[in-house]
Amino acid sequence: MTFDSAAIRGQFPIFQVAATGGSELHYLDSAATAQTPNAVIEAVRFHDASARGNIKRGVHFMAERATEAYEGAREKVAGYLNASPSEIVFTSGTTAAINLVAASFGQGLSPGDEVVVSVLEHHSNIVPWQMLRDRAGIILKYLAVTGDGRLDLDALEATVTDKCRLVAVTHVSNVTGALTNVAAIVKAARAVGAKVLLDGAQRAAHGPIDVAALGVDFYAMSAHKMFGPSGVGVLWGRAELLADMPPFLGGGEMIRSVTKDVTTFADPPARFEAGTPPIAQAVGMSAAIDWINGLNHAAVTTHLTRLSERILNGIADLSGGNGAIRVVGPQGLQERFPVISFDIPGAHPHDICQILDSHGVALRGGHHCAQVFMEAMELGGTSRASLGPYSDDSDVDALFTGLEDAISRLT
Amino acid sequence: MNDALYHKAVMRMAATSKGAGGLENPDASATADNPLCGDRVTMDVRIADGVITEIGHKVRGCVLCQASASTIGVHAVGQRPGDVKRVRGRILGMLNNGADETPEPWTEDVSAFAPVAPHKSRHQCVLLPFDALIEALDGAKT
Repeated sequence: MTFDSAAIRGQFPIFQVAATGGSELHYLDSAATAQTPNAVIEAVRFHDASARGNIKRGVHFMAERATEAYEGAREKVAGYLNASPSEIVFTSGTTAAINLVAASFGQGLSPGDEVVVSVLEHHSNIVPWQMLRDRAGIILKYLAVTGDGRLDLDALEATVTDKCRLVAVTHVSNVTGALTNVAAIVKAARAVGAKVLLDGAQRAAHGPIDVAALGVDFYAMSAHKMFGPSGVGVLWGRAELLADMPPFLGGGEMIRSVTKDVTTFADPPARFEAGTPPIAQAVGMSAAIDWINGLNHAAVTTHLTRLSERILNGIADLSGGNGAIRVVGPQGLQERFPVISFDIPGAHPHDICQILDSHGVALRGGHHCAQVFMEAMELGGTSRASLGPYSDDSDVDALFTGLEDAISRLT
Repeated sequence: MNDALYHKAVMRMAATSKGAGGLENPDASATADNPLCGDRVTMDVRIADGVITEIGHKVRGCVLCQASASTIGVHAVGQRPGDVKRVRGRILGMLNNGADETPEPWTEDVSAFAPVAPHKSRHQCVLLPFDALIEALDGAKT
């Protein structure tokens, strides 16, 4: 099946902007932030130009338009996740969504209860649980990783024990690109009566997600990694769990009534959306989902798999450095997404990325907010190439031209 | 632009790595981390009569960080804590404002970092070894 990456690329105005030194932009950092297409940019502009108002409390025309647009976005996200709109909580992003669960669901945990995360997690799925541990006396445990950067499922039984109340792990690793075997995680959690949270930040851009089929309890994601605006994301939670959870933040919009002494809280999802939400951003997220839904996902997957294979093979063929250049993560194409980290001994990732920047290549280097994983791999950091549907062969060519230059200059 | 960043003087300083290695029983030691990239510098110092007599450093960092630590290894011995703080301030001024008034004997080596100025995300790479050294000196019993 042919895939017209040029037609996709043409929908993203960023590629009309020259990179460093006038080079063509080769954007290989979609795992950090995906680029945004004209359809999303226009949707946000149109909202602010024609429906800008605060939601819910106003009776005037603009307030009603804004409310309709915002709640329409909630319905769109619900459809994307195969969930009910009442289970969709808008947040500022994945980090805020996980913090919400840690603070709110966490209030129901007791000293000695266990939360299991993995060594592979982004700091956003570690630090909130460390903070909960420090204030509530829970025990935080880590599921180990395998040498190729996947969750070590053989360690599940020993790690997820009777005291476990929640397993919170990544759906797709932001460092290795590895896809989590969610069924195995859910099975282990259910065996001890624990809930499951998935950090879906890296998965969300790659097509609809069926949270019911996954069998999890919470799902967190960010719009800016799925071609939408920054500043908005989503927590999905099972209705019965959200109904039992206390609010995270207090303020406007999340109440039923307030007196001098007592506040009665609104039902979910409003209970968890204190203050004016990111309205235009939610509208942009909705437009981004429309855009994603308009893609031929089979063709996109084929295209990105081919480019990933080129990168994996190209890294294996690189020479130089003060040791073996290696992929940090799955070596093959199975059960992985187009996020590829690699280590070039003797060349620091930031130096590599700086030199690649001069070739117009936007590459990410460092610990990728995964210092626990880096410590386990005995690495200070990695260089990382991550793809989007606008990526093409010229990006991969530029990556290797830049890498050859970096290796020759740094090692 | 990056040709200027990774020019010969910087690459030579990084490769020379003057002062690399820790000291046994230093008078003071401090470690500084760069949260942006996870780089880490540990500086060990020996001091006599308020003057730095020996420096040892361990660097897990990029070329710029290694070169900066090496510059300290070359020039810090014989200096007082106040001298090091002034040099750090001048480097910051050079990176932020293009000022170039670093005192001798640091002048030539420090000027090698001038091309870093447009790259704000890399400023801390140069400053991190100085931050570790200053923290060590502040904690030293002189």
